Amino acid sequence: MPEDIIIQFQNVTKKFGEHVILSNLNFEIYKNKITTILGFSGAGKSTLLKIILGLVHPTEGAVYVLGQDLSKLGDFPLREFRRNFGMVFQYAALFDSMTAYQNVEFPLKEFTNLRPSERDHKVRHLLTSVGIDDFGMKKLPSELSGGMRKRVGLARALALSPAIMLYDEPTTGLDPITSKMVNDLIVETAEAHKDRGLTSVIISHDIKATLKISDFIAFLDRGRIVEYLPAKDFVNSNHPLVQEFVHL
Amino acid sequence: MSANNAHPADHPWPYRIVAELGQSIIDVLRGLGKITLFAGRFFYWVGRPPYRIRLVFDQLFFIGNKSVFIIVLSGSFTGMVMAYQTYFGFKLINVDTLVGPVVAISLAKELAPVLTGLIVAGRAGSAMAAQIGTMKVTEQVDALEVMGINSLQYLAAPRILAGTLALPLLSIIFLFVGSVGAYIIGTKALMIDEAIFYSKLGEFMYLEDMLQGVIKAFFFGFVVSTIGTYFGFEVTEGAEGVGRGTNQAVVWGMIFVLVLDYFLTSFLIRIL
Repeated sequence: MPEDIIIQFQNVTKKFGEHVILSNLNFEIYKNKITTILGFSGAGKSTLLKIILGLVHPTEGAVYVLGQDLSKLGDFPLREFRRNFGMVFQYAALFDSMTAYQNVEFPLKEFTNLRPSERDHKVRHLLTSVGIDDFGMKKLPSELSGGMRKRVGLARALALSPAIMLYDEPTTGLDPITSKMVNDLIVETAEAHKDRGLTSVIISHDIKATLKISDFIAFLDRGRIVEYLPAKDFVNSNHPLVQEFVHL
Repeated sequence: MSANNAHPADHPWPYRIVAELGQSIIDVLRGLGKITLFAGRFFYWVGRPPYRIRLVFDQLFFIGNKSVFIIVLSGSFTGMVMAYQTYFGFKLINVDTLVGPVVAISLAKELAPVLTGLIVAGRAGSAMAAQIGTMKVTEQVDALEVMGINSLQYLAAPRILAGTLALPLLSIIFLFVGSVGAYIIGTKALMIDEAIFYSKLGEFMYLEDMLQGVIKAFFFGFVVSTIGTYFGFEVTEGAEGVGRGTNQAVVWGMIFVLVLDYFLTSFLIRIL
């Protein structure tokens, strides 16, 4: 696999029973780039994300992440391998019994041997970098706004310095200003971690934001990638579905 | 259309009743199988690092300490009522001095473990299902998995361990306060001589009686917390699903306690 390819789908088909969710996918996601998987609801975007994470294995074909075929990994190695991923969930998925600070501290406590003072420094640095102040750090997720929860989720995802950041519908349910803030944060995060080759994969149906922040856009329709282009070329695609989506 | 290929609704009613009954039995057996597999996964994961002892203590505090008040309340009143009921029955045949041992043995062997099991199923089993179910529908369980943390090991194992350890202790508390309640009613309200109350208790009550109750409580704790966590992980479909999971955890937890009690009694009576 060439060095600039970080995720590779080879003839990937996923079926649940007789129902085909993904059909013969062949495409690559490039290192250090922001790639968005765009599509209507029910197109198979979430399944694709779960396949990248190794939570679901393809019925046919193989997915290589960082050169590793995930379906070949056993349970323990796969769990370790998942530490290469940072994921920002649609509704942040913060642990509701923990404060914002504890949420970000959690993966560091679980997986690193950092001393408490080092851990504290890292947690504060991560939260400050996404715009959460000392006051916000002490709040429970239920006391935070949707945008703040997303930011804390982003800080938590970055805690273990992942190679790949995954964003599941990052702006769903947010107002336009907060959406813009989250999109800016995705770009800023990608820029800030460019030197260590951070790759971002976004699952979205927000076409306007996608065009602004992505380097590459793949359009998924009924389990097939019907278009995959650099973002600047995407609006000029001749595919009727893409045109319909772009002009919504 | 032949009779075999007809839609079930088109069959005569006796057939439909048998079919529905059969389907219910299949569903229950399938559920039992899934719970057994879940318990098997617990045994597989509980012995593997990392060992999260603090989480076990947190759950022990929740299941144990926070249940003490309701256990004391239920235990004391159960003991008092048992003393009254037994006394008026026994007085008819002039064996009212046996109230103490009869109540204590009933509490030790049956009432303390069973009622403690039912109370914990209602209080902690439901809470376990609701906590894990809410985490499931809000993707917190997925967040753990994406981080590489086994959600069963992190969420279920500490709860099941704590439930298994806490229930025998709660059962002993139930037995103690129930016996104290029976003693107070027996000696102060029903005027049974204190010395006779004690001597009969010593004469008829054995350590094996208490041991039987503790062993039962141990199994009830395991079953109630396994069912509570299992139904938490089974939750789907938002708030309604959480409600359904919680309800099933309580209902099945209580049913399991009562059914298991029969089998444990018939087994323990032979060996103790």
